[in-house]
Amino acid sequence: MASIVVEHLTKRYSTGTLALDDVNFELADGEFVAVVGPSGCGKSTLLRIMAGLDAATEGRVVVEGGARPNELPSATVFQEASLFPWMRVDANVAVAFDSLNVPAREVNARVANVLALVGLADNARAWPHELSGGMKQRAAVARAFVTDPAILFMDEPFGALDEQTRVGLANELMRLWERSPKSVVFVTHGIEEAITVADRVVVMSTRPGTIKEIVPITFPRPRDAVAIRGEAAFAEHVVRIWELLR
Amino acid sequence: MTARDRTIRIIGPLSIVAIWQIAVSTRLLNPGLFPPPSEIAANFVAYAGSGELATNAAWTLSRILIGLLIGGIPGTLIGLAMGMNGAVRAYFGPIIALLYPIPKIAILPLFYFIFGTGEPAKWAAVAVGVFFLMAINTEAGVRQIELIYLDVARAYRLRPVTVFLRVLLPGALPNIYAGLKLSIGIAIVLAVAAEYQLTRTGLGFAIFNAQQLLDVDRLYAALVAVSLLGLMLSALLDALESVVLPWRAHRSAPSPTVL
Repeated sequence: MASIVVEHLTKRYSTGTLALDDVNFELADGEFVAVVGPSGCGKSTLLRIMAGLDAATEGRVVVEGGARPNELPSATVFQEASLFPWMRVDANVAVAFDSLNVPAREVNARVANVLALVGLADNARAWPHELSGGMKQRAAVARAFVTDPAILFMDEPFGALDEQTRVGLANELMRLWERSPKSVVFVTHGIEEAITVADRVVVMSTRPGTIKEIVPITFPRPRDAVAIRGEAAFAEHVVRIWELLR
Repeated sequence: MTARDRTIRIIGPLSIVAIWQIAVSTRLLNPGLFPPPSEIAANFVAYAGSGELATNAAWTLSRILIGLLIGGIPGTLIGLAMGMNGAVRAYFGPIIALLYPIPKIAILPLFYFIFGTGEPAKWAAVAVGVFFLMAINTEAGVRQIELIYLDVARAYRLRPVTVFLRVLLPGALPNIYAGLKLSIGIAIVLAVAAEYQLTRTGLGFAIFNAQQLLDVDRLYAALVAVSLLGLMLSALLDALESVVLPWRAHRSAPSPTVL
């Protein structure tokens, strides 16, 4: 388990564009935080810096607690098809253990287990191109969960999918997260999706990317992605965040 | 490939043979220079039966395969290094750009000066042609790997050896394989050309020898053998493609006829 502190994070591209300007927030241990904002507000850049994929110009990301020995410090789910096309589904998931010292038998058992959890038990030996978009993202989520890291970064993971599949996958993601709690940063352009999954929604504004407000979402868990939409508070949150984004 | 396209593939070469046969029998073509295909086939069978063609083809094939190995392995390795490292690319890029356009046939005499008249000169001739094709195609193969896969490699802390063997190499493999297919063609040309001089073996020698003896029948028999050798090698590579690139096996669907 781990908590994350983002301090005075600033990102200036070599072109001079200020993508992020003095971003500060904290992520509590086991907290699910969604980040929303207009496209170009730097939310993906923020996530990439937190995940260690890009460097900040100024400021820092401090992880407290962090990885136990022989554990990945974090896992990342990307928006695009990020499965290696040349590996079968099970190998794509097992690759998460590459830097860890885990016996092959245990790797195989955990891969089979997580694939069953995301409903891909029958597709373990399939090639990624044989899967639908939703199944590919299930496999990518399985790869993130299989090593059970303390932190999970998700960069618009369901952004390329149709609405029905998105709602279904949001539900599945919450079930997985309830089984193995972890700190999650979930970047999305879907306001309803953010309210559905998150404990708090970080609302960003653009040019330069700054945090406008952090909206707490207090629905009890476990939540159902469909039922929650009928709650009066859900509509209030939607309106509130739309107002912030205006 | 549809049944229709498979039929067309066979009809194609046969139609040329038929036109040729008609053109010769109606004296549109000089049968002294263009023997009718029926006669070429009969001669080919006769020479093939004598074992002469098979022996020469085996020599040519050995030069092609050894040249492919000697040129292809370093070409692929340098291509990989160029694809992965900007400094290596900056070093080899201009060297390859300068040397690649030189016709390899023009530097055959140089190989005879350097290596003498034995096999190494012929291997070198094939290897040089293959080297550039493999280096250029492999480099392009590494550089066209989508950046998302490198992000995944970093996000999941893949070890460098895993990044190389299970991300970069398979990512570049389709281009490496395409380079190999192109290399087969250039390897045949260079092997046959290298056999024109200072040797008494190989299909190139058979062609040169037939030319000196004005033996049009043997010339055609050797040409048919070269053609069949090339067809065999590229058919072999096509057949192996679904083994080497299994994840692309289902992608080799026919491109639809657009117009």
